[in-house]
Amino acid sequence: MVVPAFIGVTLLTFSLIHLIPGDPVMLMAGERGIDPQRHARLKAQLGLDQPLTVQYAKYVKGIFHGDLGKSIVTKKPVFAEFMTLFPATVELSLFAMFFAVVLGLPAGVIAGVKRGSVFDHTVMGVSLTGYSMPIFWWGLLLILFFSVNLGWTPVSGRISALYWIDADTGFMLIDALRSDEKGAFISALSHLILPSIVLGTIPLAVIARMTRSSMLEVLQEDYVRTARAKGLAPWRVTLIHALRNALIPVITIIGLQTGVLLAGAILTETIFAWPGVGKWIVESIRRRDYPSVQGGILLIASLIILVNMLVDIMYGIINPRIRHNR
Amino acid sequence: MRYRKGFTAVFVALALLFAASSAYATTCVYCSEGSPEGFTPALYTSGTTFDASSRAIFDRLVLFERGTTTIIPGLAEKWEVSDDGRTYTFSLRKGVKFHTKKNFTPSRDFNAEDVLWSFYRQLDPNHPYHKISGGSYEYFTGMSMDKLIERIEKKDDYTVVFHLTRPEAPFIANMGMDFASIHSAEYADKMMQAGTPDLNDQDPVGTGPFVLVQYQKDSTIRYIAHPEYWGGKAAIDKLVFSITPDASVRYAKLKAGECHVMPYPNPADLAQMATDKDIQLLEKEGLNVGYLGFNTEKKPFDNVDVRRALSLAINKQAIIDAVFQGAGKIAKNPIPPTIWSYNDAVKDYDYDPAAAKKMLVDAGFPNGFETDIWAMPVQRPYNPNARRMAEIIQADWAKVGVKAQIVTYEWGEYLKRSKEGEHQTVLLGWTGDNGDPDNFLSVLLGCDAVGSANRARWCYQPFEDLIQKAKVTADVAERTRLYEEAQMVFKDQAPWVTIAHSVVFVPVRKEVKDFKIDPFGGFVFYGVDIQ
Repeated sequence: MVVPAFIGVTLLTFSLIHLIPGDPVMLMAGERGIDPQRHARLKAQLGLDQPLTVQYAKYVKGIFHGDLGKSIVTKKPVFAEFMTLFPATVELSLFAMFFAVVLGLPAGVIAGVKRGSVFDHTVMGVSLTGYSMPIFWWGLLLILFFSVNLGWTPVSGRISALYWIDADTGFMLIDALRSDEKGAFISALSHLILPSIVLGTIPLAVIARMTRSSMLEVLQEDYVRTARAKGLAPWRVTLIHALRNALIPVITIIGLQTGVLLAGAILTETIFAWPGVGKWIVESIRRRDYPSVQGGILLIASLIILVNMLVDIMYGIINPRIRHNR
Repeated sequence: MRYRKGFTAVFVALALLFAASSAYATTCVYCSEGSPEGFTPALYTSGTTFDASSRAIFDRLVLFERGTTTIIPGLAEKWEVSDDGRTYTFSLRKGVKFHTKKNFTPSRDFNAEDVLWSFYRQLDPNHPYHKISGGSYEYFTGMSMDKLIERIEKKDDYTVVFHLTRPEAPFIANMGMDFASIHSAEYADKMMQAGTPDLNDQDPVGTGPFVLVQYQKDSTIRYIAHPEYWGGKAAIDKLVFSITPDASVRYAKLKAGECHVMPYPNPADLAQMATDKDIQLLEKEGLNVGYLGFNTEKKPFDNVDVRRALSLAINKQAIIDAVFQGAGKIAKNPIPPTIWSYNDAVKDYDYDPAAAKKMLVDAGFPNGFETDIWAMPVQRPYNPNARRMAEIIQADWAKVGVKAQIVTYEWGEYLKRSKEGEHQTVLLGWTGDNGDPDNFLSVLLGCDAVGSANRARWCYQPFEDLIQKAKVTADVAERTRLYEEAQMVFKDQAPWVTIAHSVVFVPVRKEVKDFKIDPFGGFVFYGVDIQ
């Protein structure tokens, strides 16, 4: 499945980005304009004068050699650009997912167990609101309230401008810890709070709702009734017997949401000036930086495929029956 | 006891945070709007890149006095122009130090070699650095420098002579432009020998007031003040660009004290900024013009009376109010009032639909005609909302019987098609590069520019003669007279409806001292202090 998926991704991104009208050379020249000979020469320099089939063949050949090409705008290798930005995306996605799981899972379990209670209604109401919240508005609201009015959290960025941390690993928390600068780690951590909440809001809502409905289903199974009849403690029945089975669809959702977080943090990254890959890809589309768009999307797609493979493996760990069936 | 320890740890951490924030005194944080494309100004054309490179790291032979378009000596202490206007001799400043970096300690001061290196890289296709980092020099070729500079001669270590192929009075202003930034030839050679010529562009060495220390893409750029800057060390010790693409967030950061200066505020936030006691809202007229260009090669716009009539039919004040929300001024000339030779005696076509209608009838269009208005898809300082502007013009023209359809394309496509003259009328504009009137009049309205930046495709000999003569005249008084006359001819022939010059707003925190708005739209931090 992986090979056709990759071919599909390369073909789709290549044709879509070339279908959008616009010319990177023209965009670079701006209002000034550029004379036709020079325009043709620059296009040839970038290899954009060749037929699309030839360009595609070159692109695929490059991938096999581990070469994703150079950015038209910055002239740097696409892979290097991606790698400088990717740690920021991972750091934020992990924290957002942590926030979503830590809050979403228990909320879903309790809502499932106490079905129909005030808590259940509150969790469902809040998660629906969270799910429907426009990210841009939600982010600005939190900034205005917590950062500007209360002054509790920083507005944006990854660390205070006062700390000059070398990006050795690209993960700000690790780099800050390794540096000698006092207070840098706390500054980096405080910069993660608001973006993680904003990015984690939708996965939180999805996880809470999914856990609840999955719990409801499992709690009605015969084996749960048997466990209760055996006289096991209610928490043991819920957490050991029911939750373990209820987790299967939840893990699927967490896996899918991780993919969404890796690629879809564009708005959060823009609001919080977070230097991640989502924003970079959008900016590359705007500038018709073909190699960056193609390479960026290919790398993201590979990651999503990888995460889904990991989810498949996780199934086996949680529920041995699935492992045996394979 | 454990509880207490934890509490103390949190307290200490908070105290450290606090202590850290009071250390802002010598650090200036600028919330810039985007990432630079790179750090060698000659390779790029965007203002965002120039702010981070040429205006911080580099100097040029001549500089613009901060906040003005006046040319002052830079790396050249003085210069002389030959009588035929084709030879420029620059006497270079002595004792100018290049930046010292982790991987480079300069062994000599700035001299003629560095000037030769910086220009020949762009001029000579066989220069070892010509093809490095993509090797396209859009500004240099866009300003026709490749055709203008015949050769550059090093007379001695501190004298450089530029030989031109023709006399060109704006040449000296061009020498102050970003692409003319002077690099260290010694550092470039060292990087070439080390097999890392790209580093010369990514982490360059200049003579400017700030030394680049670190760049994290889409996040921050860090500089320290150049301790041996020839003009004296900058008042601020550290300069940080905190890259923040969203204007509302930039404003929130400014309010929270996380940055000192921000560019491009939302027009809707201006009123609130003006009343904020922590913020000073600075403003200055922009060095730009927004216009509607008639395609003078197409009927009916080849008829000057039609152009005049449609000029009379547009209510510019309504556009200033609705589109610029007050942050603009009506333009009557193709150059802004801040440029020398601006002719205030020119009389504009004041809004008069009745006269416009009559003029159209006289021109043979009693029932009007159908046309198009091209509206740009992007925001520009000279036109914050082209769509809205087009709608107002459409309504105004409808009143005199001219039915216009609004057309728009993706930006690259828009530039390409309008360059090729597919439009009937087009909304566009220009921001000046070097403060010379030639940079507007000949770039946008000269005969050579038809098919490139001259979107009106207007080639009118009496006008062309005036600007060509001005271009080769060294005497500024005489040039002024010629340009004033050219503006009269332009208005009479009405190839454009000049619409507006925008006003630039820059909010800065109240502790920022001596920030001056750059007429070229740049952000310059040498001379700025934080108190």
